[in-house]
Amino acid sequence: MIELANVSIRAGDFQLSDVSFSIETGRYAVLMGRTGRGKTTVLEAICGLRKVTSGQILVHGTDVTCWPPADREIGYVPQDLALFPTLTVLQHLQFALRLRGQSKADIQNRTDELAEVLGIQHLLKRSIVGLSGGERQRVALGRALSFHPSVLLLDEPLSALDESTREEMQELLREIKRTANVTTLHVTHSTEEADALADCRIELDNGKFQML
Amino acid sequence: MPDASKTHSPSNIRLRRSDLPFFLVMGGISSSFILLIILLLAADLMFTSFAEFKAALLKPEIQAAFRLTILSCSIAAILSIWVATPLGYLLSRYRFHGRMLLDTIVDIPIVLPPLVLGLSLLILFHLPIGGWELEAWLRDSVGFPVTYRWPAVVLAQFSVACAFAVRTMRVTFDQIDPRAEEVARTLGCTRGQAFMQIALPQAWRGMIAATTIAWARALGEFGPILVFAGATRMRTEVLSTTVFLELSIGQLNAAVAVSLLMVALAVVVLLLLRVLGTGLTS
Repeated sequence: MIELANVSIRAGDFQLSDVSFSIETGRYAVLMGRTGRGKTTVLEAICGLRKVTSGQILVHGTDVTCWPPADREIGYVPQDLALFPTLTVLQHLQFALRLRGQSKADIQNRTDELAEVLGIQHLLKRSIVGLSGGERQRVALGRALSFHPSVLLLDEPLSALDESTREEMQELLREIKRTANVTTLHVTHSTEEADALADCRIELDNGKFQML
Repeated sequence: MPDASKTHSPSNIRLRRSDLPFFLVMGGISSSFILLIILLLAADLMFTSFAEFKAALLKPEIQAAFRLTILSCSIAAILSIWVATPLGYLLSRYRFHGRMLLDTIVDIPIVLPPLVLGLSLLILFHLPIGGWELEAWLRDSVGFPVTYRWPAVVLAQFSVACAFAVRTMRVTFDQIDPRAEEVARTLGCTRGQAFMQIALPQAWRGMIAATTIAWARALGEFGPILVFAGATRMRTEVLSTTVFLELSIGQLNAAVAVSLLMVALAVVVLLLLRVLGTGLTS
């Protein structure tokens, strides 16, 4: 469960005040709103990359407002993906598991499983240079899901993809929603995406959040 | 019917978009600088002969200076990259109070006249503070005297070389997208781990460039070394000092020979590091 209680965030001249909403455990929420309204800022605040000026962020009832990003156990797929240029696809999937000191066998099992779900077995040895948009998206998704986070944040994951790749990715996200039981917050401005995926919708309009 | 003479069909447009003037002007201005450097080197080459060159290189003083130069430049460059990498990263990634001031302080060795830098080093090591003196303490308690010895050469070279290395490392980290490090932190990295595992592996090319620049700067250093380390033959003499010493005793041929040796040394080191750099990153 993700809960934001009266959260205020300042980012330069941009200010969001009194953001409050909650998403039940295991639900797939879609956050909608026009560009430049602060959707990404909210995601960054939840995963700890942006300081909040007031209010509380709770993950499964625990107040994580002042926690460093590393301790929050939140999977984050930013809009620009921010893949690691010096690592291979496999190393992306292993990255968070290695940091957690998991055994070689456990890491192998998890990466095999992820690669199969994401359909990227044939890419594992490749560097991220030269991957297509859809492939990069899968790698970023795999990296975020690798450590079994309780919360997954997706920032416009389908906006940069072509029609057919987008449908494949939607199908993949539905599959993950069905199997991973991860509370998801998906940011988009496309109603079609919301129709296809959302359990619940949150609308951001004029700086106010509304649960629909 | 429209008037055919007023339409812009390809046949009646006068060809006036030649790129020739562009290349002539740009190439002309650029080549004047390249030509100056080539002429300088050519004049040096014509001034000396191979026999004189060989004779100069066989002098034990010059051989000692050559060894000290290679050693001191390498130590100064390695120290510089050790300091410049964290400092460049901090300056690039964090906005904090006094960052502008810090940025300016780093640049001071670049703008300071070399002799002034040497003098400042000398004063720093010999300024009595309530009966205590840095040089005396290093000499008597630590057993590591600095002034007028080889460590002074390295320190004088490091003071300037490091400033250039910091500039290079800062630009390097500016060009690396900080987003990947942020995402690494959501995956479980501390800031330190994100730096070591994500930022540093991307900074290889910049680190090699910074080392190269630091090494080259150290090779060219003269003023601070003369003041802070002196020009004692066989002890604190580096190649730049040799040129000065040979000139001062009227040995113009030896001075030119050593100058050419420095040019060759610089070219070899620059090429070596560049090849190493492309090899590592490709």
